[in-house]
Amino acid sequence: MEGFRYMDGVSTLRLEEVACVGCGMCPTVCPHGIFTVDRGKATILDRDACMECGACAKNCPSDALSVTPGVGCASYVIQGWLGGRKELFRNISKHANV
Amino acid sequence: MGRHRYRIEPRLYAVGSPGPDSPVLVTANYKMTFDALRKELGGQNAWILVLETGGINVWCAAGKGTFGTEEVARRVKTTRLAEVVNHRRLILPQLGAPGVAAHRVREECGFSVVYGPVRAQDIPRFLTERMKTTPEMRRVVFPVSERLALAPVELAGFLRPTGWAFLALFLLAGIGPWVFSPSASWHRGLGASGVWLAGILCGAVITPVLLPWIPGRAFSAKGGLVGGCFAACIAAFFWEALGVFQGMALLVALPVISSFAAMNFTGATPFTSPSGVEKEMRRAIPLQAAAVVLAVTLWVGSTFAG
Repeated sequence: MEGFRYMDGVSTLRLEEVACVGCGMCPTVCPHGIFTVDRGKATILDRDACMECGACAKNCPSDALSVTPGVGCASYVIQGWLGGRKELFRNISKHANV
Repeated sequence: MGRHRYRIEPRLYAVGSPGPDSPVLVTANYKMTFDALRKELGGQNAWILVLETGGINVWCAAGKGTFGTEEVARRVKTTRLAEVVNHRRLILPQLGAPGVAAHRVREECGFSVVYGPVRAQDIPRFLTERMKTTPEMRRVVFPVSERLALAPVELAGFLRPTGWAFLALFLLAGIGPWVFSPSASWHRGLGASGVWLAGILCGAVITPVLLPWIPGRAFSAKGGLVGGCFAACIAAFFWEALGVFQGMALLVALPVISSFAAMNFTGATPFTSPSGVEKEMRRAIPLQAAAVVLAVTLWVGSTFAG
């Protein structure tokens, strides 16, 4: 997004190229257009523009993408710090019924 | 809190007079989202499949998982969509993707997912151009109009903290060599409350509006900078009346209030990552806390120095 950049080098987004099947879902769902698919493999063009929404990993049919999804929100982070264990449990149960 | 007034019943709705070949668009049961979609579809024939998201918009519900794979599959079955339409295609808003695994929806209910544009206003073009999207349709934007529209929400969020802050400020304002003075409490308290309000205004309204043009990345830094400029202007005008200690207190307090309020705005933007916000807060909170202690010390200390 032009004019809007946030912290660099923090995104938990990872792409395992070997597992990628080049289906093209990640460039479709990413709201910041950080992916491209070239010669049957996805590439991350701009990792620092990732907001960790989790859309790409959720829609990756071969589990080539992983990210710790969440909301980039100060009060959400404070809640996480205060109720660390509760939050962790909720995240685990959320992933369990995905 | 009357949230149900913004909710609509989750089921299949018709726009115009749709037939078995008409497209099916999936959305949340937040009334404003549904109305926006229905308005953009005016003049077309289409089905709208409304999911139960508890009256929450698509993006937030997808983050929570209520706008999710299971709910899509469940609603397709309960509405007997397969008997209503001939095709097996659902158009989902792109911002629902964090909650929905397109490939899993197909496995669970036989319908394949096509992600449509981010904004409802692009849907007519998307439908007429055989479900092709442009890169612009796929990107979130954050124009000044949206940042400004968030100001009342941000300010409302600070109502309760403001009540507590005023209470604390009027109490602290009365403390001095005289132990506690009601008249000092009133006069100094008014001034301090004004500084608090100015700080909130800088952090929750001015910083969001000027966001892309303020240097720096961390919201707390941007807010601190805006608050600092504002405080410098006030201090320049009232330096004589304030004196060194109160003037210094103002120069520290206003930026730190603004810094905290701006940091709070991270949650309202469509580009801040949780990892980024956490990194920012780990650095900013100790500095903000130290600045608060310094500002209070200078301010209360000014009565002893006078």
